[in-house]
Amino acid sequence: MNIHEYQAKAILRKFGVPVPDGHVCYNSAGAREWAKRLGDGPWVVKAQIHAGGRGKGGGVKLAHTPDEVRNISREMLGMILRTHQTGAAGKLVTRVLVEKGCTIANELYVSLLVDRATSKVAVMASTEGGMDIEEVAATTPEKIFVETVDPLVGLTAFQCRNIAFSLGLTGKLVGKAVAVLEGLYKTFMACDCSMLEINPLVVTAENDLLALDAKFGFDDNAIFRHPKIADMRDYDEEDPKEIEASQFELSYISLSGNIGCLVNGAGLAMATMDIIKHYGGDPANFLDVGGGATIERVTEAFKIILSDKNVKGILVNIFGGIMKCDIIATGVVTAARQVSLGVPLVVRLEGTNVDRGKEILAESGLNIVAADGMADAAQKIVQAVKGANQ
Amino acid sequence: MSILIDKNTRVITQGITGATGLFHAQGAREYGTRMVGGVTPGKGGTYIDGFPVFDTVKAAVEKTGATASVIYVPPPFAADSIMEAVDAGIDLVCCITEGIPVLDMVKVKHFMIGKKTRLVGPNCPGVITPGQCKIGIMPGYIHKPGKVGVVSRSGTLTYEAVWQLTCMGLGQSTCVGIGGDPVNGTNHLDVLRLFEEDPDTEAVIMIGEIGGTSEEEAARFVKENMTKPVAAYIAGVTAPPGKRMGHAGAIISGGKGTATEKVAVLKECGISVAASPAEMAQALMKVYKP
Repeated sequence: MNIHEYQAKAILRKFGVPVPDGHVCYNSAGAREWAKRLGDGPWVVKAQIHAGGRGKGGGVKLAHTPDEVRNISREMLGMILRTHQTGAAGKLVTRVLVEKGCTIANELYVSLLVDRATSKVAVMASTEGGMDIEEVAATTPEKIFVETVDPLVGLTAFQCRNIAFSLGLTGKLVGKAVAVLEGLYKTFMACDCSMLEINPLVVTAENDLLALDAKFGFDDNAIFRHPKIADMRDYDEEDPKEIEASQFELSYISLSGNIGCLVNGAGLAMATMDIIKHYGGDPANFLDVGGGATIERVTEAFKIILSDKNVKGILVNIFGGIMKCDIIATGVVTAARQVSLGVPLVVRLEGTNVDRGKEILAESGLNIVAADGMADAAQKIVQAVKGANQ
Repeated sequence: MSILIDKNTRVITQGITGATGLFHAQGAREYGTRMVGGVTPGKGGTYIDGFPVFDTVKAAVEKTGATASVIYVPPPFAADSIMEAVDAGIDLVCCITEGIPVLDMVKVKHFMIGKKTRLVGPNCPGVITPGQCKIGIMPGYIHKPGKVGVVSRSGTLTYEAVWQLTCMGLGQSTCVGIGGDPVNGTNHLDVLRLFEEDPDTEAVIMIGEIGGTSEEEAARFVKENMTKPVAAYIAGVTAPPGKRMGHAGAIISGGKGTATEKVAVLKECGISVAASPAEMAQALMKVYKP
């Protein structure tokens, strides 16, 4: 789950991490008012969408008067912001963050994450603030510093100092950096984060540290113990099909191709996408119906797949272990009837009661192509979709 | 022979009075596994479908001589259940539960340091030594006793590989599902090491997916230490960056952990990589003559 920048900064403020004074605004008059209330300018107006690269897309602008704040906000609110992360469709801006500007002396980078290799929380810092950290890691790895946190002891002061000195900080800034890092670690643990990134963490002309931007990744598995964070979820920022899928406990991710996939198990679902591509097709989605798929869930899965107008064919790939193939077959037939299926459907069933399952598909009178094995299934659906396009 | 479990393994089920726990305990018993009881706090002293129920893992171990435990406890409580089993000195814990908070698992890993227990999972299908012992949710009948070891992060994709082997007449020594979570008990390398030491495993299929570097580390072990042929498949070639594909582990962050990068490292280390998931057994046959 993701949250907006203004929400992220509110959380950080609560844990004592310094962030610029600012306020979220939903209209331009309000933005002007808040600029005045925040004190002297300049101010920064930042479009609030769940995507990076906002600056390049025109979603971050500097204003020198409250009137300018109003004018910029008026332009931003209601605009479709396109960045390298939003794709061509872009995202509608419905709120802006008005913040006091600051004079930047130096830009740093700090992030916390769960390191899979050590099974511990790691703090990562770099002198190259404001840059894409993956790029820094690839080109100048010596500029990245890492401290691994002992789960029992937590992040210690000496580790924070190690990072501060590595970043080249001196004098009072060292103590300030220790406080910021301790605040970030507290935030990370208290909110069950999977990732927390401050890019940039700036040194101001006044020799203070400020988190100028903040990106949270929350552990979806732990959201149940953070109802306040769950309330921050902005459904407008998410694909409506993915929201609907999550209500039926289906794991669905929309992609750009035209072959819909319905599979049980995440690994097999990924492998199914791969084999479609292997035979020259293009998957329209990732969809894992899970281990305990019922007729209702299979039907919902079909509806969600078909609500994607790009879908020109569907591949069902089920390895029924605990789940019996005859039940899946009944679900597929019921679903296909309910949604009055108009595109080719290839079904590959394997596992318990597979023969009975195939009989049910054949007896249904529906236009269902049965396949033997994954390769056969992928070839058949790719062929069917190509045929339909000609 | 086999790794981790065999016909002498005595198994208890944590969460045995839940619908899922009981269902799979019954399935394992039918398969022939020595399912000796279960644990549900507050229901100690009772029986469920012939299984004695205990309040604590410690009591269950004392009374049944259990050497392995399988966990079907709901996610908010599962980490605690793992630690309870570790504290009771069980040799092997398979945690099937999906959805455990990752910071809970960080604590579990720390708790396990210096203890003798091996954890498989969480968020995994379990472990099976065909014809001898099945711990977990995999369909038993697709397996066949034999000489090929299988290790995988994914459940259904493991079944796919096993089925391909069985259809070609190749049996399996042991199949281990290590689970799809970013912090887990046993990784690919751990299992490969066990297969290398097992006299009755002649070849291995390793199934990986995007995210992390577990497969790359395993591949380097294969190159430097393994005498047995290894084939592999990596799922997620088509997965777009930054999207979580069901498994929490299956997310590509930045340039690290993509399928293409993994495949390149695996090939470099002399592993026969299947071009598609339909060719896992065939990929093994290129390097293994039974």
